[in-house]
Amino acid sequence: MIEIDRVWKSYGDNTVLEDISLTVKEGEFVTMVGASGCGKSTFLNLLLGTQTVSRGELRLDGKPIVAEPGPDRGIVFQQYSVFPHMTVLDNVMAAPALAQKGITGHLFGAARASAKREAEAMLERVGLVASAQQYPSSLSGGMRQRLAIAQALTAKPRILLLDEPFGALDPGIRNDMHVLLRDLWRSLGLTVFMVTHDLKEGFSLGSRLWVFDKRRHDPHAPNAYGAQVTYDLPLSKMSEESYMQTLQGLGSSSLLN
Amino acid sequence: MERWINKRPSRAVSGMLGLIPLIILLLLYMAGSEARLAENPADKLLPSFEQFSQAIERMAFEPSKRTGEYLFWVDTQSSLIRLGLGVGIASLLGLVVGVLTGALPVVRALFNPLLTVVSLIPPLAILPILFIVLGLGELSKVVLITIGVMPFIARDIQRRTQEIPSEQIIKAQTLGANTSQILLRIILPQIMPRLIDATRLSLGAAWLFLIAAEAIVSTDGLGYRIFLVRRYLAMDVILPYVAWITLLAFLSDWVLAKISYLCFPWDRLDGAER
Ligand SMILES: Nc1ncnc2c1ncn2[C@@H]1O[C@H](COP(=O)(O)OP(=O)(O)OP(=O)(O)O)[C@@H](O)[C@H]1O
Ligand SMILES: [Mg+2]
Repeated sequence: MIEIDRVWKSYGDNTVLEDISLTVKEGEFVTMVGASGCGKSTFLNLLLGTQTVSRGELRLDGKPIVAEPGPDRGIVFQQYSVFPHMTVLDNVMAAPALAQKGITGHLFGAARASAKREAEAMLERVGLVASAQQYPSSLSGGMRQRLAIAQALTAKPRILLLDEPFGALDPGIRNDMHVLLRDLWRSLGLTVFMVTHDLKEGFSLGSRLWVFDKRRHDPHAPNAYGAQVTYDLPLSKMSEESYMQTLQGLGSSSLLN
Repeated sequence: MERWINKRPSRAVSGMLGLIPLIILLLLYMAGSEARLAENPADKLLPSFEQFSQAIERMAFEPSKRTGEYLFWVDTQSSLIRLGLGVGIASLLGLVVGVLTGALPVVRALFNPLLTVVSLIPPLAILPILFIVLGLGELSKVVLITIGVMPFIARDIQRRTQEIPSEQIIKAQTLGANTSQILLRIILPQIMPRLIDATRLSLGAAWLFLIAAEAIVSTDGLGYRIFLVRRYLAMDVILPYVAWITLLAFLSDWVLAKISYLCFPWDRLDGAER
Protein backbone atom coordinates (compact mmCIF):
# COMPACT_ATOMS: atom_id res chain seq x y z
CA MET A 1 0.00 0.00 0.00
CA ILE A 2 2.80 2.44 0.90
CA GLU A 3 5.95 2.45 -1.16
CA ILE A 4 8.97 4.35 0.02
CA ASP A 5 11.14 4.66 -3.06
CA ARG A 6 14.73 5.87 -2.62
CA VAL A 7 13.64 8.68 -0.32
CA TRP A 8 16.13 11.34 0.82
CA LYS A 9 15.42 14.22 3.10
CA SER A 10 17.81 17.05 3.89
CA TYR A 11 17.55 20.48 5.41
CA GLY A 12 20.17 22.55 3.67
CA ASP A 13 23.50 20.79 4.27
CA ASN A 14 22.00 18.59 6.92
CA THR A 15 21.15 15.22 5.40
CA VAL A 16 18.64 13.62 7.72
CA LEU A 17 17.35 10.61 5.81
CA GLU A 18 19.37 8.83 3.19
CA ASP A 19 18.13 6.58 0.44
CA ILE A 20 15.34 4.72 2.18
CA SER A 21 13.42 2.13 0.20
CA LEU A 22 10.70 0.04 1.85
CA THR A 23 7.18 -1.14 1.27
CA VAL A 24 4.43 -1.42 3.85
CA LYS A 25 1.30 -3.47 3.35
CA GLU A 26 -2.16 -2.51 4.52
CA GLY A 27 -2.71 -3.49 8.15
CA GLU A 28 0.91 -3.51 9.27
CA PHE A 29 1.93 -1.91 12.55
CA VAL A 30 5.38 -0.43 12.16
CA THR A 31 7.22 0.76 15.24
CA MET A 32 10.24 2.98 14.71
CA VAL A 33 13.15 3.41 17.07
CA GLY A 34 16.46 5.21 16.78
CA ALA A 35 18.72 7.71 18.47
CA SER A 36 17.40 11.17 19.23
CA GLY A 37 17.67 13.51 16.26
CA CYS A 38 18.17 10.77 13.69
CA GLY A 39 15.04 11.66 11.73
CA LYS A 40 12.16 9.55 12.99
CA SER A 41 9.82 12.51 13.34
CA THR A 42 11.01 13.78 9.99
CA PHE A 43 10.04 10.48 8.41
CA LEU A 44 6.62 10.63 10.05
CA ASN A 45 6.20 14.19 8.78
CA LEU A 46 6.89 13.01 5.25
CA LEU A 47 4.08 10.48 5.57
CA LEU A 48 1.86 13.10 7.17
CA GLY A 49 2.52 15.59 4.41
CA THR A 50 3.86 18.47 6.49
CA GLN A 51 7.33 17.93 4.96
CA THR A 52 8.23 16.93 1.43
CA VAL A 53 10.93 14.53 0.29
CA SER A 54 14.12 16.03 -1.12
CA ARG A 55 14.66 13.12 -3.52
CA GLY A 56 12.79 9.95 -4.32
CA GLU A 57 9.09 9.33 -3.94
CA LEU A 58 6.53 8.30 -1.35
CA ARG A 59 3.57 6.52 -2.85
CA LEU A 60 0.22 5.59 -1.41
CA ASP A 61 -1.62 3.06 -3.58
CA GLY A 62 0.77 3.83 -6.40
CA LYS A 63 0.13 7.59 -6.35
CA PRO A 64 2.51 10.16 -4.82
CA ILE A 65 1.40 11.03 -1.31
CA VAL A 66 -0.43 14.38 -1.04
CA ALA A 67 1.91 16.96 0.47
CA GLU A 68 -0.73 18.29 2.83
CA PRO A 69 -2.28 16.66 5.90
CA GLY A 70 -5.58 15.01 5.07
CA PRO A 71 -8.27 12.78 6.53
CA ASP A 72 -6.72 9.55 5.16
CA ARG A 73 -3.80 9.94 7.60
CA GLY A 74 -4.53 10.47 11.30
CA ILE A 75 -1.92 11.73 13.73
CA VAL A 76 -1.31 11.62 17.47
CA PHE A 77 1.50 13.81 18.75
CA GLN A 78 3.25 13.58 22.08
CA GLN A 79 1.28 16.63 23.23
CA TYR A 80 -0.98 19.47 22.02
CA SER A 81 -2.99 16.98 20.00
CA VAL A 82 -6.43 17.84 21.34
CA PHE A 83 -8.31 21.12 21.23
CA PRO A 84 -8.18 22.79 24.66
CA HIS A 85 -11.35 24.84 24.15
CA MET A 86 -13.56 21.84 23.46
CA THR A 87 -14.90 19.32 25.95
CA VAL A 88 -13.88 15.70 25.58
CA LEU A 89 -17.10 14.94 23.73
CA ASP A 90 -16.75 17.97 21.46
CA ASN A 91 -13.17 17.01 20.69
CA VAL A 92 -14.34 13.67 19.37
CA MET A 93 -17.34 15.20 17.61
CA ALA A 94 -14.99 17.65 15.94
CA ALA A 95 -13.89 14.85 13.65
CA PRO A 96 -17.21 14.47 11.78
CA ALA A 97 -17.91 18.20 12.13
CA LEU A 98 -14.69 19.19 10.41
CA ALA A 99 -14.96 16.40 7.86
CA GLN A 100 -18.13 17.79 6.30
CA LYS A 101 -18.01 20.50 3.70
CA GLY A 102 -18.96 23.99 4.76
CA ILE A 103 -17.67 27.14 6.32
CA THR A 104 -18.25 26.91 10.06
CA GLY A 105 -17.42 23.30 10.89
CA HIS A 106 -20.47 22.96 13.14
CA LEU A 107 -22.98 20.14 13.04
CA PHE A 108 -26.73 20.61 13.36
CA GLY A 109 -29.85 18.54 13.77
CA ALA A 110 -29.79 14.89 12.84
CA ALA A 111 -26.15 14.96 11.74
CA ARG A 112 -25.23 16.28 15.17
CA ALA A 113 -27.26 13.66 16.97
CA SER A 114 -25.69 10.81 15.05
CA ALA A 115 -22.19 12.28 15.48
CA LYS A 116 -22.88 12.45 19.19
CA ARG A 117 -23.91 8.79 19.35
CA GLU A 118 -20.83 7.78 17.40
CA ALA A 119 -18.56 9.92 19.59
CA GLU A 120 -20.06 8.43 22.75
CA ALA A 121 -19.45 4.93 21.43
CA MET A 122 -15.83 5.84 20.76
CA LEU A 123 -15.44 7.36 24.23
CA GLU A 124 -16.87 4.14 25.64
CA ARG A 125 -14.14 2.25 23.84
CA VAL A 126 -11.31 4.34 25.18
CA GLY A 127 -12.84 4.59 28.64
CA LEU A 128 -13.57 8.31 28.74
CA VAL A 129 -17.35 8.32 29.05
CA ALA A 130 -17.26 9.64 32.59
CA SER A 131 -15.16 12.60 31.49
CA ALA A 132 -17.22 13.52 28.43
CA GLN A 133 -18.03 17.01 29.69
CA GLN A 134 -14.55 17.85 30.98
CA TYR A 135 -12.05 20.09 29.25
CA PRO A 136 -8.63 18.67 28.33
CA SER A 137 -6.82 20.84 30.89
CA SER A 138 -8.49 18.86 33.66
CA LEU A 139 -7.53 15.45 32.23
CA SER A 140 -4.48 13.40 33.15
CA GLY A 141 -1.79 12.83 30.54
CA GLY A 142 -3.00 9.33 29.80
CA MET A 143 -6.60 10.42 29.44
CA ARG A 144 -5.53 13.19 27.09
CA GLN A 145 -3.67 10.73 24.85
CA ARG A 146 -6.62 8.36 24.85
CA LEU A 147 -8.74 11.30 23.77
CA ALA A 148 -6.26 12.15 21.03
CA ILE A 149 -6.42 8.57 19.75
CA ALA A 150 -10.21 8.52 19.93
CA GLN A 151 -10.38 11.79 18.03
CA ALA A 152 -7.98 10.65 15.34
CA LEU A 153 -9.77 7.32 14.87
CA THR A 154 -13.24 8.88 14.67
CA ALA A 155 -12.12 10.46 11.41
CA LYS A 156 -11.63 6.86 10.12
CA PRO A 157 -8.15 7.27 8.67
CA ARG A 158 -6.52 4.39 6.80
CA ILE A 159 -3.17 5.23 8.29
CA LEU A 160 -2.51 6.22 11.87
CA LEU A 161 0.73 8.03 12.68
CA LEU A 162 1.92 8.32 16.28
CA ASP A 163 4.98 10.31 17.36
CA GLU A 164 6.06 9.16 20.81
CA PRO A 165 2.45 9.20 21.95
CA PHE A 166 3.12 7.61 25.32
CA GLY A 167 6.52 9.14 26.03
CA ALA A 168 5.21 11.29 28.85
CA LEU A 169 3.14 8.58 30.57
CA ASP A 170 4.13 6.40 33.48
CA PRO A 171 4.61 2.66 32.86
CA GLY A 172 1.31 1.39 34.29
CA ILE A 173 -0.76 3.70 32.17
CA ARG A 174 1.47 2.98 29.20
CA ASN A 175 0.50 -0.69 29.39
CA ASP A 176 -3.19 0.16 29.31
CA MET A 177 -2.54 2.33 26.29
CA HIS A 178 -0.75 -0.53 24.53
CA VAL A 179 -3.69 -2.82 25.05
CA LEU A 180 -6.04 -0.16 23.76
CA LEU A 181 -3.96 0.64 20.72
CA ARG A 182 -3.44 -3.00 19.71
CA ASP A 183 -7.12 -3.65 20.12
CA LEU A 184 -8.08 -0.68 17.94
CA TRP A 185 -5.46 -1.57 15.33
CA ARG A 186 -6.74 -5.14 15.01
CA SER A 187 -10.42 -4.33 14.98
CA LEU A 188 -10.22 -1.38 12.60
CA GLY A 189 -7.67 -2.84 10.19
CA LEU A 190 -5.48 0.25 10.42
CA THR A 191 -1.98 0.70 9.11
CA VAL A 192 0.02 2.16 11.98
CA PHE A 193 3.36 3.94 12.14
CA MET A 194 4.57 4.69 15.61
CA VAL A 195 7.77 6.38 16.77
CA THR A 196 8.93 5.41 20.22
CA HIS A 197 11.94 5.87 22.43
CA ASP A 198 11.11 2.78 24.41
CA LEU A 199 12.74 -0.23 22.75
CA LYS A 200 10.58 -2.67 24.65
CA GLU A 201 7.49 -0.88 23.46
CA GLY A 202 8.90 -1.01 19.94
CA PHE A 203 9.33 -4.78 20.15
CA SER A 204 6.14 -5.73 21.89
CA LEU A 205 3.59 -3.50 20.26
CA GLY A 206 3.83 -3.70 16.50
CA SER A 207 4.09 -6.26 13.73
CA ARG A 208 7.28 -4.81 12.32
CA LEU A 209 10.17 -2.86 13.79
CA TRP A 210 12.38 -0.36 12.01
CA VAL A 211 15.62 0.83 13.50
CA PHE A 212 16.86 4.17 12.17
CA ASP A 213 20.62 4.65 12.26
CA LYS A 214 23.44 6.13 10.25
CA ARG A 215 25.39 3.57 8.25
CA ARG A 216 28.23 5.94 7.52
CA HIS A 217 29.85 8.47 9.78
CA ASP A 218 32.16 11.33 8.95
CA PRO A 219 33.53 12.67 12.24
CA HIS A 220 34.43 15.98 10.59
CA ALA A 221 31.02 16.51 9.04
CA PRO A 222 28.40 14.88 11.25
CA ASN A 223 25.59 16.12 9.03
CA ALA A 224 26.97 14.81 5.77
CA TYR A 225 25.28 11.41 5.95
CA GLY A 226 21.70 10.67 6.81
CA ALA A 227 20.02 7.87 8.70
CA GLN A 228 18.69 4.75 7.06
CA VAL A 229 16.56 1.90 8.26
CA THR A 230 19.32 -0.44 9.38
CA TYR A 231 17.06 -3.16 10.77
CA ASP A 232 13.67 -4.13 9.41
CA LEU A 233 12.38 -6.88 11.67
CA PRO A 234 9.09 -8.73 11.33
CA LEU A 235 7.96 -9.11 14.93
CA SER A 236 5.21 -11.69 14.89
CA LYS A 237 7.39 -14.46 13.56
CA MET A 238 10.24 -13.83 15.92
CA SER A 239 10.96 -16.33 18.60
CA GLU A 240 11.70 -15.29 22.11
CA GLU A 241 15.33 -16.27 21.62
CA SER A 242 16.03 -14.26 18.51
CA TYR A 243 14.20 -11.38 20.13
CA MET A 244 16.62 -11.47 23.03
CA GLN A 245 19.57 -11.76 20.68
CA THR A 246 18.48 -8.77 18.64
CA LEU A 247 17.84 -6.81 21.79
CA GLN A 248 21.34 -7.52 23.00
CA GLY A 249 22.80 -6.76 19.61
CA LEU A 250 21.03 -3.45 19.53
CA GLY A 251 22.00 -2.70 23.10
CA SER A 252 25.66 -2.78 22.21
CA SER A 253 25.24 -0.69 19.08
CA SER A 254 25.50 3.05 19.10
CA LEU A 255 21.86 3.85 18.63
CA LEU A 256 20.76 3.35 22.18
CA ASN A 257 22.13 6.61 23.45
CA MET B 1 12.39 32.43 56.75
CA GLU B 2 15.16 34.92 57.32
CA ARG B 3 15.45 36.51 53.94
CA TRP B 4 13.05 39.21 52.83
CA ILE B 5 12.62 37.49 49.53
CA ASN B 6 10.98 34.56 51.33
CA LYS B 7 8.65 36.53 53.58
CA ARG B 8 5.05 36.33 52.49
CA PRO B 9 2.27 38.25 54.20
CA SER B 10 -0.98 36.40 54.90
CA ARG B 11 -4.08 37.52 53.03
CA ALA B 12 -5.35 39.72 55.84
CA VAL B 13 -1.97 41.30 56.48
CA SER B 14 -1.52 41.80 52.77
CA GLY B 15 -4.82 43.68 52.52
CA MET B 16 -3.95 45.91 55.46
CA LEU B 17 -0.49 46.64 54.10
CA GLY B 18 -2.07 47.76 50.85
CA LEU B 19 -4.35 50.17 52.67
CA ILE B 20 -1.55 51.90 54.59
CA PRO B 21 -0.22 54.09 51.74
CA LEU B 22 -3.74 55.03 50.70
CA ILE B 23 -4.69 56.08 54.22
CA ILE B 24 -1.48 58.04 54.62
CA LEU B 25 -2.16 59.88 51.37
CA LEU B 26 -5.69 60.65 52.45
CA LEU B 27 -4.54 61.97 55.84
CA LEU B 28 -1.83 64.09 54.21
CA TYR B 29 -4.42 65.55 51.86
CA MET B 30 -6.83 66.35 54.68
CA ALA B 31 -4.10 67.98 56.75
CA GLY B 32 -2.89 70.01 53.78
CA SER B 33 -6.37 71.07 52.83
CA GLU B 34 -7.22 72.13 56.36
CA ALA B 35 -4.02 74.13 56.73
CA ARG B 36 -4.53 76.00 53.46
CA LEU B 37 -8.21 76.72 54.13
CA ALA B 38 -7.42 77.97 57.61
CA GLU B 39 -5.04 80.47 56.08
CA ASN B 40 -7.32 81.46 53.20
CA PRO B 41 -10.96 80.27 53.18
CA ALA B 42 -11.21 81.07 49.44
CA ASP B 43 -8.32 78.77 48.56
CA LYS B 44 -9.18 76.50 45.63
CA LEU B 45 -6.21 74.21 45.35
CA LEU B 46 -7.02 71.64 48.04
CA PRO B 47 -10.78 71.71 48.65
CA SER B 48 -12.25 70.11 51.76
CA PHE B 49 -14.42 67.01 51.56
CA GLU B 50 -17.43 69.16 52.30
CA GLN B 51 -16.69 71.22 49.21
CA PHE B 52 -16.35 68.02 47.18
CA SER B 53 -19.75 66.78 48.25
CA GLN B 54 -21.29 70.16 47.40
CA ALA B 55 -19.69 70.05 43.95
CA ILE B 56 -20.89 66.48 43.38
CA GLU B 57 -24.37 67.45 44.56
CA ARG B 58 -24.37 70.37 42.12
CA MET B 59 -23.05 68.42 39.13
CA ALA B 60 -24.83 65.12 39.58
CA PHE B 61 -28.08 65.73 41.38
CA GLU B 62 -29.22 69.22 40.38
CA PRO B 63 -30.21 70.14 36.83
CA SER B 64 -27.86 72.62 35.24
CA LYS B 65 -29.22 76.17 35.31
CA ARG B 66 -28.30 76.74 31.70
CA THR B 67 -29.45 73.54 30.02
CA GLY B 68 -31.54 71.73 32.62
CA GLU B 69 -29.37 68.62 32.27
CA TYR B 70 -27.65 66.64 34.98
CA LEU B 71 -24.15 67.42 33.71
CA PHE B 72 -22.28 64.68 35.52
CA TRP B 73 -24.44 61.94 34.04
CA VAL B 74 -24.56 63.52 30.60
CA ASP B 75 -20.77 63.72 30.62
CA THR B 76 -20.48 60.13 31.79
CA GLN B 77 -22.87 58.87 29.16
CA SER B 78 -21.19 60.71 26.29
CA SER B 79 -17.72 59.59 27.32
CA LEU B 80 -18.72 55.97 27.83
CA ILE B 81 -20.45 55.81 24.45
CA ARG B 82 -17.36 57.23 22.72
CA LEU B 83 -15.05 54.92 24.63
CA GLY B 84 -17.26 51.87 24.09
CA LEU B 85 -17.63 52.52 20.37
CA GLY B 86 -13.95 53.27 19.87
CA VAL B 87 -12.69 50.30 21.84
CA GLY B 88 -15.39 47.99 20.48
CA ILE B 89 -14.62 48.80 16.86
CA ALA B 90 -10.88 48.58 17.54
CA SER B 91 -11.29 45.14 19.14
CA LEU B 92 -13.37 43.85 16.29
CA LEU B 93 -10.98 45.15 13.64
CA GLY B 94 -7.98 44.03 15.66
CA LEU B 95 -9.50 40.56 15.98
CA VAL B 96 -10.12 40.19 12.27
CA VAL B 97 -6.76 41.63 11.22
CA GLY B 98 -4.85 39.77 13.93
CA VAL B 99 -6.40 36.35 13.28
CA LEU B 100 -6.10 36.60 9.50
CA THR B 101 -2.51 37.85 9.53
CA GLY B 102 -1.61 35.39 12.27
CA ALA B 103 -3.13 32.35 10.62
CA LEU B 104 -2.56 32.94 6.92
CA PRO B 105 1.05 33.57 5.86
CA VAL B 106 -0.05 35.17 2.59
CA VAL B 107 -2.24 37.73 4.34
CA ARG B 108 0.56 38.34 6.83
CA ALA B 109 3.04 39.06 4.05
CA LEU B 110 0.52 41.41 2.48
CA PHE B 111 -0.43 43.45 5.54
CA ASN B 112 2.38 43.21 8.07
CA PRO B 113 4.45 46.14 6.74
CA LEU B 114 1.35 48.36 6.70
CA LEU B 115 0.40 47.28 10.21
CA THR B 116 3.89 48.04 11.49
CA VAL B 117 3.84 51.52 9.95
CA VAL B 118 0.35 52.30 11.26
CA SER B 119 1.29 51.16 14.75
CA LEU B 120 4.25 53.56 14.76
CA ILE B 121 2.20 56.67 13.94
CA PRO B 122 1.55 58.63 17.14
CA PRO B 123 -2.27 58.80 17.11
CA LEU B 124 -2.47 62.26 18.66
CA ALA B 125 -0.36 63.61 15.81
CA ILE B 126 -3.07 62.71 13.33
CA LEU B 127 -5.87 64.18 15.46
CA PRO B 128 -5.82 67.44 13.45
CA ILE B 129 -6.17 65.41 10.27
CA LEU B 130 -9.16 63.59 11.74
CA PHE B 131 -10.76 66.91 12.66
CA ILE B 132 -10.20 68.28 9.17
CA VAL B 133 -11.40 65.18 7.36
CA LEU B 134 -14.14 63.93 9.66
CA GLY B 135 -15.25 67.19 11.24
CA LEU B 136 -15.45 68.06 14.91
CA GLY B 137 -18.30 65.71 15.77
CA GLU B 138 -18.45 62.34 17.48
CA LEU B 139 -16.91 60.47 14.57
CA SER B 140 -13.43 61.94 14.83
CA LYS B 141 -13.24 61.14 18.56
CA VAL B 142 -14.31 57.55 18.07
CA VAL B 143 -11.92 57.17 15.15
CA LEU B 144 -9.04 58.55 17.24
CA ILE B 145 -9.63 55.91 19.91
CA THR B 146 -9.98 53.20 17.27
CA ILE B 147 -6.80 54.17 15.45
CA GLY B 148 -5.04 54.60 18.75
CA VAL B 149 -5.60 51.11 20.11
CA MET B 150 -6.38 48.96 17.05
CA PRO B 151 -2.75 48.33 15.96
CA PHE B 152 -1.81 47.17 19.44
CA ILE B 153 -4.74 44.76 19.60
CA ALA B 154 -4.16 43.51 16.06
CA ARG B 155 -0.49 42.80 16.68
CA ASP B 156 -1.15 41.14 20.01
CA ILE B 157 -3.83 38.92 18.46
CA GLN B 158 -1.53 38.12 15.57
CA ARG B 159 1.16 36.95 17.96
CA ARG B 160 -1.31 34.94 20.02
CA THR B 161 -2.65 33.29 16.88
CA GLN B 162 0.84 32.28 15.85
CA GLU B 163 1.38 30.86 19.32
CA ILE B 164 -1.37 28.28 18.90
CA PRO B 165 0.58 25.00 18.62
CA SER B 166 0.95 23.94 15.00
CA GLU B 167 0.04 20.42 16.17
CA GLN B 168 -3.55 21.59 16.55
CA ILE B 169 -3.69 23.08 13.08
CA ILE B 170 -2.22 19.91 11.59
CA LYS B 171 -4.60 17.79 13.66
CA ALA B 172 -7.59 19.73 12.35
CA GLN B 173 -6.43 19.11 8.79
CA THR B 174 -6.12 15.38 9.41
CA LEU B 175 -9.74 15.51 10.55
CA GLY B 176 -10.60 17.01 7.19
CA ALA B 177 -10.95 20.67 8.08
CA ASN B 178 -10.68 23.39 5.43
CA THR B 179 -9.18 26.82 6.10
CA SER B 180 -12.36 28.58 7.14
CA GLN B 181 -13.30 25.74 9.47
CA ILE B 182 -9.88 25.95 11.10
CA LEU B 183 -10.24 29.71 11.49
CA LEU B 184 -13.75 29.54 12.92
CA ARG B 185 -13.60 26.41 15.07
CA ILE B 186 -9.99 26.09 16.17
CA ILE B 187 -8.42 29.53 16.15
CA LEU B 188 -11.22 32.00 16.82
CA PRO B 189 -12.59 30.38 20.00
CA GLN B 190 -9.10 30.03 21.44
CA ILE B 191 -8.30 33.66 20.64
CA MET B 192 -11.40 35.16 22.31
CA PRO B 193 -9.96 35.22 25.84
CA ARG B 194 -6.74 36.65 24.40
CA LEU B 195 -8.82 39.37 22.73
CA ILE B 196 -10.33 40.29 26.06
CA ASP B 197 -6.85 40.43 27.60
CA ALA B 198 -5.62 42.70 24.81
CA THR B 199 -8.68 44.92 25.14
CA ARG B 200 -8.13 45.24 28.88
CA LEU B 201 -4.53 46.24 28.32
CA SER B 202 -5.54 48.85 25.76
CA LEU B 203 -8.17 50.52 27.96
CA GLY B 204 -5.63 52.87 29.55
CA ALA B 205 -4.56 54.19 26.17
CA ALA B 206 -8.17 54.43 25.07
CA TRP B 207 -9.01 56.68 28.03
CA LEU B 208 -6.00 58.83 27.18
CA PHE B 209 -7.18 59.36 23.61
CA LEU B 210 -10.76 59.96 24.74
CA ILE B 211 -9.82 62.67 27.22
CA ALA B 212 -7.39 64.28 24.79
CA ALA B 213 -10.03 64.46 22.06
CA GLU B 214 -12.67 65.75 24.44
CA ALA B 215 -10.33 68.37 25.85
CA ILE B 216 -9.71 69.78 22.40
CA VAL B 217 -13.16 69.83 20.85
CA SER B 218 -16.33 68.80 22.54
CA THR B 219 -19.44 70.11 24.20
CA ASP B 220 -19.74 67.40 26.80
CA GLY B 221 -17.86 64.46 28.25
CA LEU B 222 -15.76 63.81 31.32
CA GLY B 223 -12.57 65.05 29.65
CA TYR B 224 -14.33 68.13 28.31
CA ARG B 225 -15.65 69.00 31.77
CA ILE B 226 -12.38 68.82 33.66
CA PHE B 227 -10.61 70.92 31.06
CA LEU B 228 -13.50 73.42 31.06
CA VAL B 229 -13.60 73.97 34.82
CA ARG B 230 -9.81 74.13 34.93
CA ARG B 231 -10.22 77.77 33.90
CA TYR B 232 -11.89 78.49 37.23
CA LEU B 233 -9.41 76.36 39.16
CA ALA B 234 -12.41 74.27 40.20
CA MET B 235 -10.49 71.52 41.95
CA ASP B 236 -13.67 70.62 43.80
CA VAL B 237 -15.08 69.38 40.45
CA ILE B 238 -11.88 68.11 38.85
CA LEU B 239 -10.83 65.76 41.63
CA PRO B 240 -14.20 63.96 41.93
CA TYR B 241 -14.25 63.64 38.13
CA VAL B 242 -10.77 62.12 38.16
CA ALA B 243 -11.83 59.72 40.91
CA TRP B 244 -14.94 58.83 38.89
CA ILE B 245 -12.90 58.22 35.73
CA THR B 246 -10.58 55.99 37.73
CA LEU B 247 -13.52 54.05 39.11
CA LEU B 248 -15.02 53.65 35.61
CA ALA B 249 -11.68 52.44 34.28
CA PHE B 250 -11.44 49.95 37.12
CA LEU B 251 -14.99 48.74 36.59
CA SER B 252 -14.62 48.27 32.83
CA ASP B 253 -11.47 46.27 33.44
CA TRP B 254 -13.20 44.19 36.09
CA VAL B 255 -16.22 43.51 33.90
CA LEU B 256 -14.01 42.30 31.05
CA ALA B 257 -12.04 40.05 33.40
CA LYS B 258 -15.30 38.63 34.73
CA ILE B 259 -16.66 37.99 31.24
CA SER B 260 -13.47 36.17 30.33
CA TYR B 261 -13.65 34.06 33.47
CA LEU B 262 -17.28 33.12 32.98
CA CYS B 263 -17.27 32.55 29.23
CA PHE B 264 -14.05 30.58 28.86
CA PRO B 265 -13.89 27.97 31.61
CA TRP B 266 -11.45 25.90 29.55
CA ASP B 267 -8.95 28.75 29.76
CA ARG B 268 -8.80 28.68 33.57
CA LEU B 269 -5.90 26.97 35.23
CA ASP B 270 -8.21 24.77 37.25
CA GLY B 271 -9.86 23.64 33.99
CA ALA B 272 -13.38 23.32 35.31
CA GLU B 273 -16.08 21.16 33.82
CA ARG B 274 -18.66 22.63 31.55
N1 LIG C 1 12.00 21.93 10.08
C1 LIG C 1 13.30 21.63 10.19
N2 LIG C 1 14.24 22.45 9.68
C2 LIG C 1 15.55 22.14 9.77
N3 LIG C 1 16.04 21.03 10.36
C3 LIG C 1 15.16 20.18 10.89
C4 LIG C 1 13.74 20.43 10.84
N4 LIG C 1 13.10 19.40 11.43
C5 LIG C 1 14.08 18.55 11.86
N5 LIG C 1 15.29 19.01 11.52
C6 LIG C 1 16.57 18.32 11.79
O1 LIG C 1 16.43 17.00 11.37
C7 LIG C 1 17.08 16.12 12.26
C8 LIG C 1 16.13 15.03 12.67
O2 LIG C 1 15.09 15.57 13.45
P1 LIG C 1 13.86 14.69 13.93
O3 LIG C 1 12.96 15.57 14.71
O4 LIG C 1 13.28 13.97 12.80
O5 LIG C 1 14.57 13.65 14.90
P2 LIG C 1 13.92 12.50 15.76
O6 LIG C 1 14.52 11.23 15.33
O7 LIG C 1 12.44 12.60 15.76
O8 LIG C 1 14.47 12.85 17.20
P3 LIG C 1 13.74 12.69 18.61
O9 LIG C 1 13.84 11.23 18.94
O10 LIG C 1 14.57 13.50 19.53
O11 LIG C 1 12.36 13.17 18.48
C9 LIG C 1 17.60 16.96 13.40
O12 LIG C 1 18.98 17.13 13.20
C10 LIG C 1 16.88 18.27 13.27
O13 LIG C 1 17.76 19.29 13.63
MG1 LIG D 1 10.95 13.20 17.19
